[in-house]
Amino acid sequence: MDLLLDASLFASGIRLSTPLILAALGGLYCEKSGVTNIGLDGIMIFGAFSGAVVAFETQDPWWGLLAAIVTGAFISFLHGIASIRYNGDQIISATAINILAVGLPALLSNAIYDSTSVTPNIPNLLPSIKFDFLDNYPILGELFNNYSYLVVGSFLLIPISWYVINKTIFGLKLKACGENPEAAEAAGVDVRLYRMYGVLLSGVLAGLGGAFLSIAHGSAYVRNISSGRGFLALAALIFGKYSPVGVLYACLLFGFADALQIRMQNAFAIPVQVIQIFPFLLAMVILSSFVGRSPVPTAVGKPYVKS
Amino acid sequence: MKKIFILSIFLMSAGIVNSQTKVALVFDAGGKNDRSFNQAAWEGAKQAEKSFGIILKDVEPPDSSAVQEAIRNFASQGFDLIIGVGFANAPAIKTVAKEFPKISFAIVDSRVDLPNVASLEFKEQEGSFLVGVIAGMTSYNVKGKKAVGFIGGMDIPLIHKFEVGFTQGVKAVNSDIKVLVNYVGNTPAAWNDPAKGKEISNAQIAKGATVIYSAAGGSGGGMFDAIKNKNGKKDCASMKESCVYAIGVDSNQNYIVPGQVLTSMLKRVDVAVYNTIRQMNSGSFKGGSYVFGLSSNGVGYALDKYNKSLISDDTIAKVAQYRKKIIAKTLKVDSTR
Repeated sequence: MDLLLDASLFASGIRLSTPLILAALGGLYCEKSGVTNIGLDGIMIFGAFSGAVVAFETQDPWWGLLAAIVTGAFISFLHGIASIRYNGDQIISATAINILAVGLPALLSNAIYDSTSVTPNIPNLLPSIKFDFLDNYPILGELFNNYSYLVVGSFLLIPISWYVINKTIFGLKLKACGENPEAAEAAGVDVRLYRMYGVLLSGVLAGLGGAFLSIAHGSAYVRNISSGRGFLALAALIFGKYSPVGVLYACLLFGFADALQIRMQNAFAIPVQVIQIFPFLLAMVILSSFVGRSPVPTAVGKPYVKS
Repeated sequence: MKKIFILSIFLMSAGIVNSQTKVALVFDAGGKNDRSFNQAAWEGAKQAEKSFGIILKDVEPPDSSAVQEAIRNFASQGFDLIIGVGFANAPAIKTVAKEFPKISFAIVDSRVDLPNVASLEFKEQEGSFLVGVIAGMTSYNVKGKKAVGFIGGMDIPLIHKFEVGFTQGVKAVNSDIKVLVNYVGNTPAAWNDPAKGKEISNAQIAKGATVIYSAAGGSGGGMFDAIKNKNGKKDCASMKESCVYAIGVDSNQNYIVPGQVLTSMLKRVDVAVYNTIRQMNSGSFKGGSYVFGLSSNGVGYALDKYNKSLISDDTIAKVAQYRKKIIAKTLKVDSTR
């Protein structure tokens, strides 16, 4: 059993959950406002790419982080323009982002570094928070020390998001746009503006999720670096019943199941494919037995046309 | 006048095109600059372009469904030789090679039994055995036990060759050394997931692994990040028994973390691709199966300025002994589990 459970499992699970939490929270703001965003995966790739490029060029990961935020916002803005301003199909414009994310970073990377697959390794990762006194306690140190600022930030975003969505006027207006845009408009809410806010927030957060992969956890951009995490984040959002706390649980479940899966490969003599199904099997079992129907925002996916 | 000018340029370029050998490469999920397998193929082709003045084109398909169209497109444009890089491209090469029996094809890492296809395969197990010996001799006790790690991309027979050879090499040094084996995933995404590669490395380090060998394409970048994170910016030669080493794969990856990469298992895809293009250019191309092992220097390990201080003369001598035995066939390296 010591092969499976040790202090490193905890830290590994937390780190593997982080990009999911960031992207899923992004999806949360977007869907609450009434716009679906299956382009999260593509936005993560763009965020990871611009983060890695700027962090390498400036030799400063903080500029990379800023670049990932700006890029994420810009890419999602395109989704917003197409689906909110011009009432386009939300699935189609988001799919366009995902397709663009396969080709455009490779093209740009080839132009800048003469390499379509990998950007140069950045010299310094985004720093971690280190408490020196924890060095005296090996287990506590392993559990709670040396997390990247982005990891800590993503977990802080859970209560912040809960507060913003449930307790602020902004959050209530945002939700109104996703539940009943006509009523929101009648009450004086600019539905299109608030939906754009939701979309932009999703871009910022998914961009940060990508930046985690390329400048905080890893040190370079690699082709298709998200490995489908944007789609997993969407699943976590539905799984987490469109609430920040639910999203946290769902992402932790995926992250920890993945960390456990890595350790199970060395502990049991079962085919690795069976072990690697484990996180998804677990999710399906829990989804079908405990979670039940997910409360999708009523007006999500429907363009709002002023009558 | 302008029309005639453009037309003449077109005819001139067409004339040039006709006299040169036209070669196309189709890469796999890793992409041509993956600093590993695909890059080796690309460097071999670039070298051939320089030597023979061929016309060289390439495609990095966004996903596997686009491969076949890309290959067919090159074939119908009258390319002389189309090289599929990676086992994933084998079915597409097979289909298109049947449609265009007069065009020559090559496939790296897989076998296609058609008269116009050259199948370029490697005995990765032999090269992996040698780096396994180096890993075994370098590993040291952590809490009274020795362990090394192996990270594969997808759990497929091709990667088993790396795993089995490596394990056999480690055990040849000392059968008590534990080999921790992990695979990244079950889909082509497994070749490009450095985040998971890093977490697997972290898990193996937590279990006492002191040398990690990754055959996982771009996911191997995570291994380099993990050891850099563990070792800091120091050189392993100055840290002795507290350093965790990495072993690179396919291309020479020693430079990625100078002083912390023990060696790289070299798979000379570059040489195989270069020679195939050379044969095409000189008209001596022949389809069939080509297997490159230690005896033909198709595989090996990297020794350069970055890792010279990490490998002792004893180790080098020992590896040379094993190499001789494998070439003389007195030692057989397994290729399947």
